[in-house]
Amino acid sequence: MISNFIPSKYDVHVDPSRCRLCQRCVENCTYDVFRKEEDRIFTFSSNCVVCHRCISFCPADAISINRRIVNYREHPFWNEESREDIYNQANTGKIILGGMGNAKKYPILFDRLVLDACQITNPSIDPLREPMETRTYLGKKPKSLKVEEKDGDISLKTRLAPNLLLETPIMIAHMSYGAVSLNTQLSFAKAASRLGTYMGSGEGGLHSSLYEYKDNIIVQVASGRFGVTPSYLNKCAAIEIKAGQGAKPGIGGHLPGEKVNEDVSKTRMIPVGTDAISPAPHHDIYSIEDLAQLVRALKEATNWEKPVFVKIAAVHNAPAIAAGIARADADGVVVDGFRGGTGAAPKVLRDNVGIPIEAAIASIDKKLREQGIRNEISLIASGGIRNSADVTKAIALGADAVYIGTAALIAMGCRVCGKCYTGLCPWGIATQRDDLVHRLDPIIGAQQVYNLINAWTHELQELMGAAGINSIESLRGNRDRLRGYMLDENLLEVLDVKTIGA
Amino acid sequence: MCGIIGMLNKDGKRIDGSSIKKGLSLMNERGNGQGAGYAAYGIYPEFKDHYALHVFLDNMKEAKFNVEQEIERWGYIVYSEEIPTTDKGIFEDEKIPYRYFFKPDPRKLLGRDYNEKDAIVEMVMRINSQKNGALVFSSGKNMGIFKASGWPNDVAEFYKINQYKGYMWLGHNRYPTNTPGWWGGAHPFGLLDWGVVHNGEITSYGTNKRYVESFGYNCSMLTDTEVVTYLFDLLVRKHKLPLRLAGMALAPMFWKDIERMPEQKRQLHAALRLTYSSAAMNGPFAIVVANTCGFVALTDRIKLRPLVIGKKGKAVYVSSEEAAIRAMEPLLDSIYSPPAGDPIVHQLEVQTL
Repeated sequence: MISNFIPSKYDVHVDPSRCRLCQRCVENCTYDVFRKEEDRIFTFSSNCVVCHRCISFCPADAISINRRIVNYREHPFWNEESREDIYNQANTGKIILGGMGNAKKYPILFDRLVLDACQITNPSIDPLREPMETRTYLGKKPKSLKVEEKDGDISLKTRLAPNLLLETPIMIAHMSYGAVSLNTQLSFAKAASRLGTYMGSGEGGLHSSLYEYKDNIIVQVASGRFGVTPSYLNKCAAIEIKAGQGAKPGIGGHLPGEKVNEDVSKTRMIPVGTDAISPAPHHDIYSIEDLAQLVRALKEATNWEKPVFVKIAAVHNAPAIAAGIARADADGVVVDGFRGGTGAAPKVLRDNVGIPIEAAIASIDKKLREQGIRNEISLIASGGIRNSADVTKAIALGADAVYIGTAALIAMGCRVCGKCYTGLCPWGIATQRDDLVHRLDPIIGAQQVYNLINAWTHELQELMGAAGINSIESLRGNRDRLRGYMLDENLLEVLDVKTIGA
Repeated sequence: MCGIIGMLNKDGKRIDGSSIKKGLSLMNERGNGQGAGYAAYGIYPEFKDHYALHVFLDNMKEAKFNVEQEIERWGYIVYSEEIPTTDKGIFEDEKIPYRYFFKPDPRKLLGRDYNEKDAIVEMVMRINSQKNGALVFSSGKNMGIFKASGWPNDVAEFYKINQYKGYMWLGHNRYPTNTPGWWGGAHPFGLLDWGVVHNGEITSYGTNKRYVESFGYNCSMLTDTEVVTYLFDLLVRKHKLPLRLAGMALAPMFWKDIERMPEQKRQLHAALRLTYSSAAMNGPFAIVVANTCGFVALTDRIKLRPLVIGKKGKAVYVSSEEAAIRAMEPLLDSIYSPPAGDPIVHQLEVQTL
C-alpha cells in the first residue's frame, strides 16, 4: 500500500465540561465535523474547514479549533504544501481546485506604500466641517469641451457619452448567481442602491427578484453568455464584458454542477446539475477588432444609452490591452489583480499567473496617459482591496474606482475558508442549498455591506482631508502623495512613486 | 504664505512700476526675502511684434552661446542685450538677466503642423529642460517678467522697473519652502504672454502634472505655478475655453451646488467637471493669471488663501491684502472679497496691440 494519507490540519475540540449537548454545532456544520453519540459530541477534525460557524453558534463557548501540527521532515524546498499537493494529485490524477484568491506569500505592495498628510504650509481639511467630495463618474469623457459664448452666456456644444454616477468610488464586484446565493446578490443590490453605487451581476444571468435594483446593477457578458438576452442587457446601468479574471487569468468561469439547482438553471439557461464551464476566450473575440465589434453590438442592443466596460485579468501585457480596449469604444476597463477572489479556480493558475493590482493600475494609467487617451476610458481596479487605505492607494495610483468582492463577502460573515466550490457554504453565501441560503437574511446582509462601504468612505474622506484634498479627482493618479517603503528601484519606477524620505 | 498683487488699466493707460512696487513691498510680512518679481504688460511697444525672451544666464560664455544657438534654430534674433540692472551686490547666487527680441522663422518650422505659439512653447521647454546654464523665464510679446531672489523693493530697484510703462502689472512676494533662493523659482511664472502669480500649495500637483504632461507639456521646474500656467495655456489657448470657464474648471463648483442649478447650466458645469477632472486644482491657492487681454483672479473652492479686488475708475486692483491695494490707490470706488472659487475676470476695453 502506498500511504498518501494527508493528516488533518485542525483539531476541533468540544469541552465536555461546558457542552450542553444542544447540538447547534451538529446542525450548523455542513462538513459533518460533529456527531452526537450518547452524552457527548464527537468531532471529525479532518472535515473541518475552519469556517467558524460552530464557534459562532455555540452558546456555551465549548468549541475550540486549533492548528494541528503534524511534523513533516523539515525541508526548505519540499515544504508541506508541495508534498501534499503531490499526494493529492497522485491519488486523484486531477487538477487541484481552490477557492478565494492567490494564496502564495508574495509581498503585498499596498503595505509598502504610505500616504501623505498636510501640515503648516497648507492646511489639512476636516471632513466633519467642510465638503469632501467622493462622487465619481465612470465612462468616456471628451478630451476637451466646445462651448459657445453669446452675450456673456456660455452654452455647451459637446455631447457627453453616458456615464455612471457613483457617490463613493467603491463598487461591489461581479459574483454570479450560482457561485453565490440569491440572498447574497439581494444583499448586494440593496446595499448598492442605498449607497448610490453599483453591484456586478456576475456571468450567471439576472434573477427576476433583482430586476427592481437594475439601476444599480452592472450586468456581465462573459464567454459562456449565460442568461444573456436583450432584456437582460437592458436591465442594468451598465454592461461589462468579462474577458479575464484575476484569480484565473487565461481561463473561463467554472461553476460546479452541485451548485446548479432549478432556479440557477433557469437564470443561466443551462440544465440542472451540469457544470457551467465558460470557454477560456470568447469565441467571437480572437483579436482586438472583434472586441470592438462586440462593444458596438452591445451598445446597439441598448440604444447607445449604457456604458460598456471590459474586464481583464492583470497580466504582463495589461497596459497594451487596456489601450486597445480604450480604442475599441469601451467606456471603462476593469483590471483584476492576481489576488482577486473566485469560487473555484485551478490552484496552479490562481497562485502563479498574473500580477498584483497595484502594478497593473500604475502601468495602465501611465500607458493611457502617454497615449493621450486617459479621458477615453475609466479605470476600475479590483482584486485584492482589503480596506479603505487600499482603496485610497489604488485611486492615488490612477484608478477611478474599485470593486470589492471578498471584502463584501467577509462583511456578511464569510471566513475565507476557501471552500466555495463545494456548495456547502455554512454562511449561506456560496451555496444554493435552500436550508443554507436561508441562513443569510438579505436585509441584515445589506446592512452589513452598507456599513462596511459607508465606513470605508468615511475613512477615505479622512485620508483625503489629511492630504488637503477635497475632491476625489484630485487624488486620482496623484502619485506624488504616495511614497514607497522598501520597494526596489524598478518597482518605484513602475509605480512612479518616490521612496520614503524623498 | 506669499503675497500677490496685480493691477490693470482697462483703458490701456500705461503707468510705471513704482506703484506696484509700493503695494507689493507693503506685504513683506508675506515674504521672506527669498524671491520677488514683477510682470509688466505693454512695456515693449517698439518690439511689439517680437517675442521678448527674458533669460537667466549662468555665464556669458557657454550658457549664452548655447541658448542663442537653440533660439536661432527656430527663428532670428532682431535685438539682444543684457537687461539693464542696478547691481548693489546684495543678491545671492546671482544670474545674468538677458533679453532677446525674437521672431520665429516659418521656414525653420517647415514640415511642422503646429502653429507659431506651439513652436515657442516647444523651444522654451527644450531650452529649460536641457539645463545648460540658461533658463527662459518670460516669452511673451510686448510683456516681460522681472524677478530675482530678494525683497520686492530690492528686486524692483535691481531691474529699474520705474523705467518701464505697462497697462497691467503683476507682483509677487515669495515665502519659499521648496526652492529657496533660486532665481528661477521666483514668481511671476511666464510662458508666451501668460504671467502667473500664485499664493498657496497645490495638493493635486501630481494629478495636474500628469494631466498636462499627457498633452506634451514638460514640467521641468517642479513648481505649482508652472503647472497652473500650462493648465491655462491648454484650456484657454488650445481648447479655446473662455477665461472664466477655464477658471471654473480649475476650481470647480461643488456637486451639491451644481445639482441646484437650472438644467442647462447644470449640464455645462457637470460636463466641465467630468472633462477637466484632472485639471481641477485642490489645496489652498489664490492666483492671478494674466495674458495680453487682461487677467483672471481665482481662489480655491474653500478659499484657504485671501484675495481682494478693488476698483477705481478704469483701474482694477487685485491683491492678497486690502492694505496693499490701498497703498497703490487710497481712494477706491469699491473693494470686495470675491466668493471662494469664483473666477474674477477683467479685460482691456481697448485694443492696445
